[in-house]
Amino acid sequence: MLAEWGQVALAVAAVVAGLQAVLGLAGAERGWSAWMTAARRAAVAQAVLLGIAFGLLVVLFLKSDFSVRLVASHSTTVTPWYYRMTASWGNHEGSMLLWATALAGWGAAVAGGSSSLTATMRARVVGILGLVSVGFLLFLMLTSNPFERLVPPPAEGRDLNPLLQDPGMILHPPLLYMGYVGTAVAFAFAIAALLTGRLDAAWSRWARPWALTAWVFLTLGIVVGSWWAYYELGWGGWWFWDPVENAALIPWLVMTAFLHSVIVTEKRDAFRAWTVLLAIAAFALSLLGTFLVRSGVITSVHAFATDPTRGLFILGLLAITVGASLALFAWRAPTLSGGGGFNWGAREATLLVNNVLLSVAAASVLLGTVYPLLVEALGGGKLSVGEPYYVAVFVPLMAPAVLLMGIAPFLRWKGDDWRRVGKTIGVDLLVAAGGALAIVGGWGNGSWRAWLGLSLALWVFASSGRLLWRRLVGERREREEKGRSVRVRWRETPAGWWGMWLAHLGVGVFIVGVTVLGALERRLDVKMVPGGSTMLADYRFVFQGVEEVAGPNYKAQRATIEVWQGDRQVAQLRPEKRDYYFSTMPMTEAAIDSTLWRDLYVSLGEPLEGGAWVVVLFYKPMVFFIWLGPLLMAVGGVLAALDRRYRLMGSRGERSKMGIS
Amino acid sequence: MRWRFVIPLVIFMGFVGLFVVGFDLNPRAIPSPLVGKPAPFFSLPRFDQPDQMVTPEMLRGKPYLLNVWATWCVSCRMEHPELMRLAGEGVRIVGFNYKEVRGDASVDARRLSPEAEREWAWARIEEWLQKGGNPYDVVVVDLTGRSAIDYGVYGTPETFFVDAEGIIRHKQVGPISRAIWEGELRAKWLAIAGGEKGGPYERR
Repeated sequence: MLAEWGQVALAVAAVVAGLQAVLGLAGAERGWSAWMTAARRAAVAQAVLLGIAFGLLVVLFLKSDFSVRLVASHSTTVTPWYYRMTASWGNHEGSMLLWATALAGWGAAVAGGSSSLTATMRARVVGILGLVSVGFLLFLMLTSNPFERLVPPPAEGRDLNPLLQDPGMILHPPLLYMGYVGTAVAFAFAIAALLTGRLDAAWSRWARPWALTAWVFLTLGIVVGSWWAYYELGWGGWWFWDPVENAALIPWLVMTAFLHSVIVTEKRDAFRAWTVLLAIAAFALSLLGTFLVRSGVITSVHAFATDPTRGLFILGLLAITVGASLALFAWRAPTLSGGGGFNWGAREATLLVNNVLLSVAAASVLLGTVYPLLVEALGGGKLSVGEPYYVAVFVPLMAPAVLLMGIAPFLRWKGDDWRRVGKTIGVDLLVAAGGALAIVGGWGNGSWRAWLGLSLALWVFASSGRLLWRRLVGERREREEKGRSVRVRWRETPAGWWGMWLAHLGVGVFIVGVTVLGALERRLDVKMVPGGSTMLADYRFVFQGVEEVAGPNYKAQRATIEVWQGDRQVAQLRPEKRDYYFSTMPMTEAAIDSTLWRDLYVSLGEPLEGGAWVVVLFYKPMVFFIWLGPLLMAVGGVLAALDRRYRLMGSRGERSKMGIS
Repeated sequence: MRWRFVIPLVIFMGFVGLFVVGFDLNPRAIPSPLVGKPAPFFSLPRFDQPDQMVTPEMLRGKPYLLNVWATWCVSCRMEHPELMRLAGEGVRIVGFNYKEVRGDASVDARRLSPEAEREWAWARIEEWLQKGGNPYDVVVVDLTGRSAIDYGVYGTPETFFVDAEGIIRHKQVGPISRAIWEGELRAKWLAIAGGEKGGPYERR
């Protein structure tokens, strides 16, 4: 019966979402406050209903109810309970239900949690989110019903893809989906702005915390995904420019551009149409990401459910949602433009260039992702675009963006004298470039790439340090005149500033990780006999042999490898090669010894005669920084989203606008 | 000046068009390297006469579908009625039972002796064929899955279209449904099995 209840909850949620859309949009248009209140209640109800539906699906998986097709196809009774739980979203139908649930959750959060918005604006946003929900719930019920029954029920199910049986899979999809779906809120704000023609500083302050939260989820989702690929796929890399990775990176880049553009909209009342367009684009690209993953138009390891009807439905959804939004944009955006003037010497100029760079980077990744499709559509055969392309376009675009990132915070709005900041910038740049040259020279095998990367990172650190000093201590003149203590300045510094500072610092940390890993990583593919040893960097790896061990739903060959540094044993690593009973492909489980400064990464290759094995050894210096950087960005995002300013000024803005709207 | 606001819409429409075209191209249509080559060798026991071994040479002379299946395979269960219908229309189907016991996650095959595994597999297959009917001309049993490797079997069910000369002509991944058969597979079968004479799929 549980499955039927789930289906009922799904159907009722779709109706409620429809009500939410009609009540919200019509209520806001006519100014009927009863309708607007009802729309907000509907949003909460929809979230509760979908929460119930998703909860029921998880219960069905935990109970191994094989009379439900989805459960029978993705879990077995011997799968551990936590992977039975994650199996509920480790497949197409379940993950789409999670998508819809997340969307409803965001809707409910806007309905209940943003008291600084005007009632009409909130009703519009909630209504638009309801409209998006209707589309996705129809998609779920018509093409991918997670509660479909299987008659007769089999005695045992098929196992979840072994690749997905991993702790990373518990976190990665929910985080990424929260991020993907969160872009819908910024989108709804943008559409509401187009509908009303109202886009001002108050609007920016309302939209910003929501966009920031979505961006934080997206960042974390990508980080966890990258970390998962690093240790689970056993290839030793952290980013593969896989179409589905790109599908998450593209909206992230666009959201990052949006977060910067919306600042200009708030402070200088400029870039209005551009900000709105970025919000629409971020959501469109999130939908596109879903489309790419779900339809299998572009094949990839992630496309675990490829089904043309579903893809066609999502494409239709995409075409209607985004096509209508862009048509609305073409019609209404001309009325939005206006606002403050523009000065090439001011902070907004650097933000404009940053926006252009980020957007072009997003476009070039998008191009690389769909290029194979384009070529195939034109009859050019199957091909794939690899890392060299992405590196060649991405690095030259991001390097100037990082350079500007260190300058922009020192510039004033409206207009500034570059000579004022020019001297300190010049000093910092020289220090960064010189320091990088010294360090890379010391490595002995340095390349200009390593130098460039390290220079940029040092530049970020230098300017971050200077920025912090300016904020807390101030310039000499200021110190003498006002005599304000560091403590007072610390207390006056808004959370948003710390968010910016940390996020920018995170970019530097990330670049250090990528650069050092790229320059100093060591890899060794070696044949090892039991008792034999081999050296890599200054570590000695001793191979103790391979034994057979049994897991709950697999059996594995497990090697034991001791790692010594001088006379000291630093680690014991146990890489595995697993045979899942249900899969014909053996899986590699790499073993990693991780510290802040280096990873030792061991993966088991093929067996040879006499107990010998091919073993792949990696020495990966500072690889953790690659994830630490984005984590700092995410923390920065959280701080910025929590800034009191948005709530206080938002409500003040509301009061002043009451008479008008 | 206003027209620049239409540019995003135009670009987007271009993308949609691209994806619509992309849809007609099947991303899974990466042809099996075996197509056009003789069916790889195996020597496996017949289900109904376990002491007699079957090889692809013995199956030659008439075209057949080599259907890879197992009783634990959920999709095979869905496919089975369609196979029964095809067999009724005169399509010759050879069953290739794949890892009957050790492929089943509910079974810990390592604890079984080879004899017990064999006995159990036969009992399971027997029960399946009695319940769902037997669409197969012959069933061969690959307990270890060793022979399936030569066929590049990736999962169940998979079906190979083999012509009278023993050459593989097509590989179908996933269950055969009525729609798929009528949509594309029927034509492929007719191409190797010939015309209508003497029955819908009889080779001339």
